[in-house]
Amino acid sequence: MADVPGDLKYSKDHEWVRLEEDGDVTIGVTDHAQAALGDMVFVELPEIGATLAEGDACAVVESVKAASDVYSPLNGEVIGVNDALADAPELVNQDPYGDGWIYRMKLDNEDDLDELMSAEEYLALLEDEA
Amino acid sequence: MAFIPHTETDVREMLRAIGVDSIDQLFDEIPSALRVDGLKGIPNALNEMGITRVMHRRSVRDGEPLTFIGAGAYEHHIPAAVWEIATRGEFYSAYTPYQAEASQGTLQLIYEFQTMMASLTGLDVSNASMYDGASALGEAALMAVRANRKSSSARVLMPRTLHPLYSKVAKAVAGNQGLEFVDIDYDHANGTLNLEALEAAAQGDLTALVIPQPNFLGRFEDVDALTDWAHAREAQVIAVVNPMSLALIKPPGEWGEKGADIACGEGQPLGVPLSSGGPYFGFMTCRQSWVRQMPGRIVGRTTDLDGRTGYVLTLQAREQHIRRSKATSNICTNQGLMVTGATIYMSLLGAEGLAGVATACMANTARMLEVLGKVDGVELAFTGPQFHEAVIKLDCPVAPVLEHLASQGIAGGYDLSVDYPELGNALLVCATETKSEEDIVMFGEALGRAVAAVAGGEALSAEKLT
Repeated sequence: MADVPGDLKYSKDHEWVRLEEDGDVTIGVTDHAQAALGDMVFVELPEIGATLAEGDACAVVESVKAASDVYSPLNGEVIGVNDALADAPELVNQDPYGDGWIYRMKLDNEDDLDELMSAEEYLALLEDEA
Repeated sequence: MAFIPHTETDVREMLRAIGVDSIDQLFDEIPSALRVDGLKGIPNALNEMGITRVMHRRSVRDGEPLTFIGAGAYEHHIPAAVWEIATRGEFYSAYTPYQAEASQGTLQLIYEFQTMMASLTGLDVSNASMYDGASALGEAALMAVRANRKSSSARVLMPRTLHPLYSKVAKAVAGNQGLEFVDIDYDHANGTLNLEALEAAAQGDLTALVIPQPNFLGRFEDVDALTDWAHAREAQVIAVVNPMSLALIKPPGEWGEKGADIACGEGQPLGVPLSSGGPYFGFMTCRQSWVRQMPGRIVGRTTDLDGRTGYVLTLQAREQHIRRSKATSNICTNQGLMVTGATIYMSLLGAEGLAGVATACMANTARMLEVLGKVDGVELAFTGPQFHEAVIKLDCPVAPVLEHLASQGIAGGYDLSVDYPELGNALLVCATETKSEEDIVMFGEALGRAVAAVAGGEALSAEKLT
């Protein structure tokens, strides 16, 4: 069963969102997503400073099986990207909620977080999809 | 002969298996507005005997003139071995096979081709080929827009010293995909890109600058300064180059401080016959950092479980069978047979042989200009080095002069007066390694007679009018 930490928010496109203490958010793909995609070979990161709207394709995760878009789950501005993925895309497989994070964003409106799923809701989605 | 392997019975059985009555029903989700009812202007099918007759008639119409026309397609000597080897059964296919890895020989050949093109252009990676030079530029522009994430304008600067047809094709391929092509005028006195016009067009965000070398007028652009200029504005540099010239001149990978980002061009000079205009092939190379934005197939070398060398299609996540609508391009096959010919040609000549051909082209063109410059009614448009093409100016209209030359079995050049009216009666002439001293002298004499006849005729009709 996929790991779904209770303290994160989730999107239906299998991204996770962590609200950091400074009010910014960190975003990555879920354990379920990385397992479904298989071994990562390349991650195309967003551009720092890019303004993203919810649903914008902002990154690409390429595995031995497929290349998939990562859709921004929230509105905001990209303020950091995980450069370590350039040389070590496998971090997305090994530690999807930690060292495998993809980008950080300053939110336009923190209330948007309420629109995302809780861990329980995301688990229910995974069961439905299964 | 039937080229479709499915019999009517096969088709019926397949339709039954999926529960559909007819092929039309299979596609009935496509709205009728989007369907094409027959193609206008397409002639009826011909059998082999009929089409052979048509093609023979057309090839006779081309004739076998003494050729001094280049303008994008160049007559070079092709060693007989090239197409003797290329047409062997093992090579003779236009396609990368669908079961690609089962065809190790084909993949190895493409890998060798890529290595040669990367080496010629001084860049890191090459794809397996494009349709032709002009469409390769369209794809290169799209690629630059994807790769240059610091730019959001999709503005691509296109000098008028670029082949006019390349410009048209690039606009046709990429113009409807949100790209803005901006034409940059050239210095009419010396035939190279006008830096003031470039500066004036460079206001605001830029995505890429196209640099042709040698340019369409046969002149050499100041590629180092132009490349650095573009990079200083965070624009990508797309080099459009003649691969033959690269045996002599600085390759795009070494232009300026950082080198061009993408190089592309027409591969025809490398062993492909003129053949009434095609088929030819395009090539494209780039820096390693942009490889995931490259269109087309890429062959890589690897080792199998037993440590033996093997060849594979690589970086396929760029391609449409994986990335669907987000693929870097819908180009999925390549000009495999032309590439085979070119790879054999380059193998036979080697680096020294290519440099020898390029040197002979340049020397013949210099000699031709020396001869033509002395012809009455003819002057050279520009001074300075030329690769194997140059512009001459006539003191009478170009078209009737070319007709006069054609009647003497000479293809006398490309009339520039339509695309470059500001140059007046300008003619683009070319001498490759195939031209002898006698050919060049004969061309000079014939051109002199033609100009005299046309100018004389004009004077005559002017007299009649007055």
